[in-house]
Amino acid sequence: MRFVDEYRDAGMARALAARIAGLCEPGRAYKFMEVCGGHTHTIYKHGLEDYLPEGISLVHGPGCPVCVIPMGRVDDAIAIAAQPGVIMATFGDMMRVPGGNGSFLDAMARGADVRMVYSPLDALKIARDNPDKRVVFLAIGFETTAPSTAMTIMRAASEGIANFSVFCNHVTIIPAIKAILDSPGLRLDGFIGPGHVSTVIGCRPYEFIPGEYGKPIVVAGFEPLDVLQAVHRNLLQLAEGRAEVENEYGRVVPWNGNPKALAVINEVMELRPHFEWRGLGFISDSALCLRERYAEFDAERIFQVPGARVADPKACQCGEVLKGVLKPWECKVFGTACTPETPIGTCMVSSEGACAAYYNFGRFSRDRVKEATRT
Amino acid sequence: MCLGIPGEIVEILSDRPDLAKVDVSGVRRAINIGLLEGEPLAPGDWVLIHVGFALSKIDEAEARSALDFLESIGQAYEDEIAALRDSVIEQG
Ligand code: SF4
Repeated sequence: MRFVDEYRDAGMARALAARIAGLCEPGRAYKFMEVCGGHTHTIYKHGLEDYLPEGISLVHGPGCPVCVIPMGRVDDAIAIAAQPGVIMATFGDMMRVPGGNGSFLDAMARGADVRMVYSPLDALKIARDNPDKRVVFLAIGFETTAPSTAMTIMRAASEGIANFSVFCNHVTIIPAIKAILDSPGLRLDGFIGPGHVSTVIGCRPYEFIPGEYGKPIVVAGFEPLDVLQAVHRNLLQLAEGRAEVENEYGRVVPWNGNPKALAVINEVMELRPHFEWRGLGFISDSALCLRERYAEFDAERIFQVPGARVADPKACQCGEVLKGVLKPWECKVFGTACTPETPIGTCMVSSEGACAAYYNFGRFSRDRVKEATRT
Repeated sequence: MCLGIPGEIVEILSDRPDLAKVDVSGVRRAINIGLLEGEPLAPGDWVLIHVGFALSKIDEAEARSALDFLESIGQAYEDEIAALRDSVIEQG
């Protein structure tokens, strides 16, 4: 077990794993969903799944912002980038995401000016420095990045930077969790709650999970011990017949979140009636757009976007992966036609994507994958 | 991008109270601290940074363990640090 050898808290992890094993009812299969792609990363990096008792499986959730962007939105963004005088600024993770008509890298090859930025503030700086260009920031992410986009827009407004706008694709985590709980065919026993999203929204918004669905959720950090701890606490709740929201990551996540961050999101953005998620389809009230009062910074109002719905490629099974129905290596093109260099689906692009996490870590090398898929 | 990076505050810029200079794995950058309004920050404090904004204040032990974790994930963290280094966020 690689993980045990490499991890500095191996002793504690071993003890925790033993306690986890002790809590499992013999013969019962447990499924816990880790909502956040950061957890998926930890789980594969450290081989945590192998380390848990056989009855427990960890199911990957939709918490990878790049992965859930549907093809049509990528095409819309590329259509904006292709307009004259436009500089499109976006996070590096988005560059390779395939749309219906190629990725940003392809658009750049056709002459589009696309810049990789670390922060929306970098995009604002580009706008300040290029007053004769129209600079569009492609905003993606859950509540972890939405406040930064909102602050940047407020800043653009106060400075009167008129050539800056945002193509807003921010999504909210709660409706996605609800959609998964309501989707047939997936029986979950509990959740490992996202760490950093919760620094913004806090723990209260998860109360419907025990309240309406009777399932536990434990908000957790990103270290192997955090994830094991979350599994342990989930099992403990099940064993004791409880269902509650627990915060294992209290050292970072305040119960009420970050009120200032929530206030700036609310100042600048409002819920869209519907938004399409890759794999999950249209979900009501699940994404953010700019409020009327910030209309002049809204790329969707400034530019003509095709707004077409584009079906995922036939071979792509990201939807199943994002819902936790399929494991990455069960997708037919995993590691063959679909690799991080030539991704077919989004889950192979971002380091937070489940397919990329599987692919990138040595223990799931191509050979191992072939072996796994053969059986 | 969903993973926060811990940074140690080196200086609060007096002319721009919404900005702070931080040290992230040896890279010094200005970041925006406007989302931590009401949270007193001083040099030596640690914050978790997401896309150029401090989202929460953390203690040093947490910062160290978060850094250990990030270093263990390799490429993705290196990319993030490289992007941070190139970031041009208003520097004071
Ligand atoms: S292997 Fe590629 S196409 Fe298949 S689910 Fe993963 S990312 Fe999607």
